[in-house]
Amino acid sequence: MEAIIIGIAKSAIRLATPYLYASIGETIGQLSGVLNLGVDGVMLMGAFSAFYTVLKTGNLILGLLVAIVVGAIFGLLIAFINVTLKAEQGISGIGVYIFGLGLSSLLFRTMVGTVQAVSGFPLLFIPLLSNIPIVGEIFFQQNILVYGAFALVPISWFILNKTPLGLSIRAVGQHPEAADSLGVNIVRIRYLTVIFGGMLSGVAGASLSIALLNVFQQNLTNGMGFIAVALVYFGAWRPLSVLSGALLFSTVNAIQIWIQVKGINIPSDFTLMLPYIVTIVVLAAMAKRYVRPPKALNKPFERGE
Amino acid sequence: MMKCKKNIIIIVMISILVFSLGFGANAKAFRVAVIMPSSISDLAFSQSMYDALLTIQEEMGKEEFQFVYSDNMFVVADAAAAIRDYASEGYDLVIAHGSQYGSSLVEIAPDFPNTSFAWGTSVNTFSDQGITNIFAYEARSEEGGYVSGVLAAKLSQTGTIGVIGPIETGDAKLYVDGFKAGVLATKPDAQVNVNWIGSFSDVALASEAAQTHINVGADVLTGTAQMVVGAIGVARQRGVLWFGTQADQTSLAPEIVVANQVYDWTVALKPMIQLVREGTMGGIIYVLTLANGGLKIVVNQEALVGKTIRDIIEGKIDIEL
Repeated sequence: MEAIIIGIAKSAIRLATPYLYASIGETIGQLSGVLNLGVDGVMLMGAFSAFYTVLKTGNLILGLLVAIVVGAIFGLLIAFINVTLKAEQGISGIGVYIFGLGLSSLLFRTMVGTVQAVSGFPLLFIPLLSNIPIVGEIFFQQNILVYGAFALVPISWFILNKTPLGLSIRAVGQHPEAADSLGVNIVRIRYLTVIFGGMLSGVAGASLSIALLNVFQQNLTNGMGFIAVALVYFGAWRPLSVLSGALLFSTVNAIQIWIQVKGINIPSDFTLMLPYIVTIVVLAAMAKRYVRPPKALNKPFERGE
Repeated sequence: MMKCKKNIIIIVMISILVFSLGFGANAKAFRVAVIMPSSISDLAFSQSMYDALLTIQEEMGKEEFQFVYSDNMFVVADAAAAIRDYASEGYDLVIAHGSQYGSSLVEIAPDFPNTSFAWGTSVNTFSDQGITNIFAYEARSEEGGYVSGVLAAKLSQTGTIGVIGPIETGDAKLYVDGFKAGVLATKPDAQVNVNWIGSFSDVALASEAAQTHINVGADVLTGTAQMVVGAIGVARQRGVLWFGTQADQTSLAPEIVVANQVYDWTVALKPMIQLVREGTMGGIIYVLTLANGGLKIVVNQEALVGKTIRDIIEGKIDIEL
C-alpha cells in the first residue's frame, strides 16, 4: 500500500510540474489584465529550443536558459500584439499558439528530423530531506525543475501580495485608470508580466523536453498549455489554489493510470475521463464562492482624456 | 499582317509542343499523394508509410514514381480537405493513412472516379456501397505482437510485463492482444498489465504509465503508437527492456530496445500501384503478415545480449553447471 501511494504521489508531482510553471506565469499575466491563450505554443517553442540546445551542446543549464530567452521573446511578441497593438486577446492568443505549434514542428523537422533522446536533468536527492520515509521519497527525489516549479508558488504569492510590484500588477488588472492616475506605468507593467509569463511557459516546455521526457516530438505538449489556462480560472488567480488545482488534476490522472495498470475492471475510456470529471465537479461545487476575474482582464488600456 | 500571323502560328506550335511534352511526362510518372495523422519522423505509424514510399521511389526512380505528403493531419476535417485537393490535382493514387479518414473517403471518392484511393488500417473498401475506387490495407500486427510476447515472457524475471497502448482499437488493439497471447502461451502465470493512454500524442501520460508499470514490478515493457517515445525514455532511465512496433525504435534507446515489429507497406503498395496502372481502381484489401513479408521482426542484438551480460555481472543470473 505504501509503495502504491508513493508511486501515485510521485507521478502526480511530475505531471503537475509543467502545469505549475505555465499556470503561475499565466496567473501573473492575467492579474495585470492580459489574457494569453498562446501558452501551449510558447511551451512548444521552449521545449524545442531547450531540447535542440541540449542535443547539440549537452549543456542542460544552457538549454534551460535558451528556453527562457525564447519564452521571453514570445512574451514580448504577445505583449506587443495585446498591449501596444491592443488586439483582441482571445483571438491573438490562438494565433500565437498555432504559430508556436507550426514553427516548433518546422524547426524540428528541418534541424533534427527524427525523434531522438537526450540526457536530461538527473534526479537530485536533497540531502537529509530525501531520507525521510515516504515524504522524502515523494518530494525530495525529483529533478531540479520539479523543485523550481513548487518553489515558484510561495515566491509568486509573496511577490503578488507582499511587494509594491505585486500591488501595481493587481492594480493594473483591477483599476487601470486609478493605477494610471497614481503614476503606475500600465504598459510597462503589462509588458513585464507577459514577458515573465512567456519565460515560465518556456521553462514549462523545457521541463518536459529536457527533464521529464527527454525527447522532442511535434506537438509534444499535446494541449497542456490550454489546461494550464483553465487551471488559472480553477485557482481563482491565487498561486496556492492554482497549485491545488494542478495537483488535483495530476493526482487523479496518476490514480487512473494505476487503476488501469492494476487491471481493475473499469473501461479505460471511463478512467481516462476521471481527471476531467473530478476537476469539473470540484469547480462546480466551488462555483458559489465569490470569485471574479480581474476587472480589466482582456481589456486594452485606453487613457481617458 | 503576315508577320503577325506567322508569330501566332509559331506561338501556337510551341505551346502544343510544350503541352504535349508536359502531358507526356505526367502520363509517364505514377503520382501518389498521402495524408498522414502524425509526423513522417514519428518512429511509428506515419514513418512506416513514408519509408515505404521512399523505398518504392528508390526502386522505380524519380522519373517513374513521384509522391507528395501532408503529415500531422490529426484534424479529420483538414485531412478531408487535403484528400479532396489532391484528388482534384489529378494524382493517380491518394492514400489516407489512418482509420479515422474512412468516412471522409466515402464522401470524396465517388466524386473522382478517375482517381484511386487507399486507406488503412481497415478491411473495408466500401464496395458494398457501390464504390469501386477505394483500396484498403491493414497490418496483422497481432502476429509480430505474439512473437514479441514470447520473447518478453522469456526475458522477464519478475513475471510482470507492462503494455502501453493509445486507444483500444485498430492495429493497436490487435498488437496488444497478440502480445498478451504470446506472453501467456509461454509463461501462463505471467502478469500482463495493460494501460490505454486515450490519445496518440500524450507523451507525458505515456511516460507516467511506464513509471507506474515499473513501480508495480514490470521489467519488460512494450507499447504502440507515436506517444510511446515518452515510455521508451523511462524504460531506458530505469533499465527495463522494451519491445517496439510499427517502426524500428532501436535508435532511441539501443541498450534496452530488444526487438521491433516493422511494417513494410511496400508489400501492399507495389501490387496496388500495378493494379491502378492496369486500370483496376479499388475494391481489394491488402494485409501485411509475417508470411508475405509485410511484417518483419528487427532484433537488436545489443539489448538482447547486453542485458544477459549485465545480469551475469550483477549476479542476477546464476549459471548452474
